[in-house]
Amino acid sequence: MPTTDPATPATPSDDDIAIIGWSVSPMERRTAKTEAQMLLEVVSGACDDAGITRADVDFTCAGSCDYVAGQAFSFVQNIDAVGAWPPKHDSHVEMDGAWALYEAWVRLLLGDIDVAVAMGSGRSSTADPALIYPMEMDPYLLAPLGTDVLSLAALQAQLLLADGTVTERQMAEIAVRSRSDARTNTHAQVTGDAGADIDALLATEPVRAPLRRHDLPPITDGAAAVVIARRERAEQLCANPVWITGFAHCSELHYPGARDLRRAESARLAAEAAGVGNAPVEVAELHTAFTHEEPLLVEALGLGPEVVVNPSGGPLAANPTMATGLVRIAEAAGQVRDHGRQRALGHATSGPCLQQNLVCVVEGNR
Amino acid sequence: MAHQPCAIVGIGQTQHKSRRWDVSLGGLVREAASRALEDAELDWTDIDAVVLGKAPDLFEGVMKPELYLTDALGAHGKPMFRVHTAGSVGGTTGIVASHLVETGRHARVLAVAYQKQSEGNAQFALGSGKSGSLGAGGAFAPYMRSYIHRSGAPLDVGPMVAVKDRRNALKNPYAHLKLADISIDSVKASPMMWDPVRYLESCPSSDGACAVVFTDRAGGEAAAQAGRPPAWILGSSVRSEPSSFPGRDPVAPVGASLCAHDVYRQAGITDPRRQVDCTELYVPFSWYEPMWLEAHHIAEPGEGWRMVERGDTQLDGDFPVNMSGGVLSSNPIGASGLLRFAEAALQVRGQAGEHQVDGARVALAQAYGAAAQYFSMWAVASSLEPF
Repeated sequence: MPTTDPATPATPSDDDIAIIGWSVSPMERRTAKTEAQMLLEVVSGACDDAGITRADVDFTCAGSCDYVAGQAFSFVQNIDAVGAWPPKHDSHVEMDGAWALYEAWVRLLLGDIDVAVAMGSGRSSTADPALIYPMEMDPYLLAPLGTDVLSLAALQAQLLLADGTVTERQMAEIAVRSRSDARTNTHAQVTGDAGADIDALLATEPVRAPLRRHDLPPITDGAAAVVIARRERAEQLCANPVWITGFAHCSELHYPGARDLRRAESARLAAEAAGVGNAPVEVAELHTAFTHEEPLLVEALGLGPEVVVNPSGGPLAANPTMATGLVRIAEAAGQVRDHGRQRALGHATSGPCLQQNLVCVVEGNR
Repeated sequence: MAHQPCAIVGIGQTQHKSRRWDVSLGGLVREAASRALEDAELDWTDIDAVVLGKAPDLFEGVMKPELYLTDALGAHGKPMFRVHTAGSVGGTTGIVASHLVETGRHARVLAVAYQKQSEGNAQFALGSGKSGSLGAGGAFAPYMRSYIHRSGAPLDVGPMVAVKDRRNALKNPYAHLKLADISIDSVKASPMMWDPVRYLESCPSSDGACAVVFTDRAGGEAAAQAGRPPAWILGSSVRSEPSSFPGRDPVAPVGASLCAHDVYRQAGITDPRRQVDCTELYVPFSWYEPMWLEAHHIAEPGEGWRMVERGDTQLDGDFPVNMSGGVLSSNPIGASGLLRFAEAALQVRGQAGEHQVDGARVALAQAYGAAAQYFSMWAVASSLEPF
């Protein structure tokens, strides 16, 4: 079990860590830039937003995936975007940038350094999703069947429909709401009309039953970077730091047949460890790549009907694989810093049927 | 926050071989992890979090294998984290796991690193199939030539390292290569691969895994009281620098220097040659032993090869290096860094068997990756205040 989050401060502490700047790249179906170029821009943007230069950054951590890039050691070129000279304390996770932020947060908790940048990046346009995504599955029992995230998501959606957790109409409504909300998001790749004809959507052929085109995320090239700092430095640099008050992640069994797919158990455990329920949440940015995942996650994270979900449009509006989760945390921080919210959360996921989940709770100055 | 102490109480590794076709990927990591838990006298349910490290997913053809390996590593309902920092990844994996304990996030953390190179073509993947499979030897050969040119080292130094590490491996039951008949002459007679590196001066391609159990001060003290001495982490660090630009020195990289200084400062080491009892360096090609001795300030510039030539770095020398047989004897790439870090811990725990350095109290371990640009290093000791 994840331990209870020791960073939830009853009173301000030197060990409090805040998000003090971020940058999200344009979200495009196919970028002309390299991954390093995308990262160069968001690292510069995040440093500008935080009012620092690269020289002020003590630790960097990137999240990316060789298979998405189509090349082994693809992250090595991305170090040029960091500007790691003189050499930096640095790390890389073959995970979404949200986990890179987690490593950076743990690194700052050690207390000897003050400022870190976490990044996430993916150029999905380079990859053939049908070729690579089965490779994410058990190589002996699942991959040979051609099983991929989409097929298993469809099975999960079917279970939720049978269970009455969600209806196809509600799924379509989630898609319409997300893409309509995305109209105010300058980073969105796909937007839509709030008055879209739900019946017309439901009349379309499934891509993989019961999932229709509107239930799926777009294929996106994109990157994001987030700057965090320990309290003293954060308060020097920033009038309105966004405090990370809970941060945890959790995994569960890989085999879909060994899990109850009507629940997102590891999401529930991550939320519990991050202390989501300790105070009201106003906004949740969820890594819902498929419409049916939203009610599942809302239930698992213990979010009430008053919680605004994915005002950015979420992954259904832009899904830069390996950065999608980090973008959720940046969006949640934006809700606190720029939209007057007090407490929000960002969520990230990885693997088939929400196998692995991360929750980051952010709060404004108290 | 002051670091909380972190102890290593369990170490496990697989039998390293060219082809472990007797086990699946899950079976391979579980073999190492089970042995580490057994060593720590802990059960799977005692572990709070798992950190998994490996080099490129293209080596085995499994993308984000932490998803599939969650089941084999007992990580259901726990945090599972995946690190990839090229060849240094095994070291970084141990360091990331130790931070989870040092910050008080978790009390008991399992770090596992592996590579099952027989599942794919590592040479092909190293160049992503695009570089004519230049491979690591081809990439590092110019750096080694540059070292020889700069230091004036006699050409026998490389073969001496190759012989020493393979003889050490004969004492390590887990080592892959067992070259009982190796000699300076046989090394020099072996085919030239990437001048100056010959076949017998090159690492093998191995299947293997390594696992380490980390715990807090209470866990370390309990193990000590139960007669199972822990290794305590005195200091650890990582550094990265860009691959190539005018002014970078890949023979003695600034990243290696900063990483070493950071570890020495944390550990209170002012004279590593005198204060450290033995060291595991990441030496995939023979010449990297003298190069890394110098780049990490264990030897003065130009002194590294003299240490080799004098026999100082032999198992019975005054500064043993790669007692386990090193990367030259076993190289499951993703695990190779953690194997170095684990061997240092085994030594200060007094559990290195036939390759034990008598009375080892303080040991260093280092790993590096990509174009000699990612560095990880730690110092471990038999007590928290060894000096």
